Formats: sequence, structure tokens, C-alpha cells
Amino acid sequence: MSYLHAAYAATWIIHIIYVGILVGQYSRVRREIQEINNKGR
Amino acid sequence: MKRIFPILGLLTAVFLSYALYLALVVAPTEQTMGDVQRIFYYHVPSAWTAFVLFFINFAASVTYLLRRSAKADIVALVSAEIGVVFCTVVLVTGPIWARPVWGIWWTWDLRLTLTLVLWLIYVSYLVLRKFSTSGQTPQVAAVLAVLGALDVPLVYFSIWFFRTQHPQPVVGGGGSIDPVMLHVLLMNWAAFSCFAALVFWSRYRLETLKREVEETQAVEALLETPRSVR
Repeated sequence: MSYLHAAYAATWIIHIIYVGILVGQYSRVRREIQEINNKGR
Repeated sequence: MKRIFPILGLLTAVFLSYALYLALVVAPTEQTMGDVQRIFYYHVPSAWTAFVLFFINFAASVTYLLRRSAKADIVALVSAEIGVVFCTVVLVTGPIWARPVWGIWWTWDLRLTLTLVLWLIYVSYLVLRKFSTSGQTPQVAAVLAVLGALDVPLVYFSIWFFRTQHPQPVVGGGGSIDPVMLHVLLMNWAAFSCFAALVFWSRYRLETLKREVEETQAVEALLETPRSVR
């Protein structure tokens, strides 16, 4: 793999990992909101 | 809101793809470095985006210290976090460019060292926010952010006022650049800025939801405590 492709791939890997972490946190918060709503009923 | 987000996401993805096409196909090949120079179209916009985010962090931290606004605190946290992501891209793509051009991955040059220090300052800011349980954490973090922001102009102007191994500025500072290269550079910056804005929006919403959930759980815990005491 050329240096150019390595740099571009590294950039997107970093961004995808971060977005993946955010998606994981989102689903955890949604689950917690669901639990709170269920308790409230 | 739920409908706008996917549309903006799709538009940003199209814009980023177009910017990638410009960087790989439309931009002319640099004569001395060849294709490896195209790393510049990701490295420089990422650095500029990180600087903008750190400036937002600085402004939000000052606002928080003056008004104790919860929104300013969230903006400060979110901008620092996304700024660190873009700064990480800068610190990774820089050495990948340096290896074939300079023959080394890293050198303790002023620009490079100050950028690493900048990254470490904001990583410590995030570590403080994540692990400190003190009620004064937002204030302490805001002071750290204001002091940390002093490094941003040092990083930016280090190549203007000092002799460093890092290439001289291509925009301003007496540097020159091919108009097509400049166009591709600015388009990539615009695309990455749109991406950063979208991530910022999502992360802001996530942080707001997290705090609401924490508050609700705290209230529930308070209401349940007397029952367990009995």
C-alpha cells in the first residue's frame, strides 16, 4: 500500500472508530431512556 | 430533526466523496514529491478543522467561566473531543507524509512538538472531564482549556516566525500554491468542516441526552433512598 493510500485509510479509520464509539454510546443512552420510561409506567 | 439528519449525512458523504475525487484525480501531481503530496489535502484541512474546534472550545470555556452556562460547558466538551479526533488525524498523516519525503517518521521540530503538546493538552482535558468526580470539574476543565488554547497560535505561527523542518504555509505567509491545488484544498476543508459540524451536532445531542438521563437517575435514586432506609 502506498503512503498516500495509507494516510487516507488512516484518516477514515480514525473517523469511523470515533463515529462507532458515538453510535455505541447512543444505543446505551437510548436503552437507559427506555428503562426509565418502563419504570415510570 | 429526525428527517433532516439523514439528509445532511448523505449530503456530507457526497461532498466528502467529491472532495476525495478532487484530491486523487483532479489535483495536479506535485513535481518533486509526486503522489505522496496529495496527503496534504487531508492533513492540512484536518489541522485547520482542529484549530477551529479548539477555538470554539476556548470561546465556550470563557463563556462557561463567565456565565456558568450548561450549554457552553457541553459545547466546550464536544468541541475538544472532536478537535482531538482531527488533531489525531494530523499527527498520524504527518509522519506518513514525512517518511517518504524527509526519510524519517518524526523529528522533534518546533511545529511537530507543539502539535503533539496541543494534542496532549486536550487529551488531558478529556481525561479530566471523564474521570474527575469533583463538582468543580467543569470550572477546572474550563481554566485548563483557556490555558491550553494558548498553544494553538503557537502551533500555527511557529512556521512563520521560526526556522522549522515543516513546510512553510501555502496560504498566506508569502507562500505560493497552484490555483487548482488551492481549490482542491479549500473544497476538502469545506467537506471536512461539514463532516465535523454533523458529528458535533450528534455529539451535542448525545451529551444533552446523557445529562438528562443522569439527572433523572439521580432524582430516582433520591426518591428511592428513604424506602431502603426504612
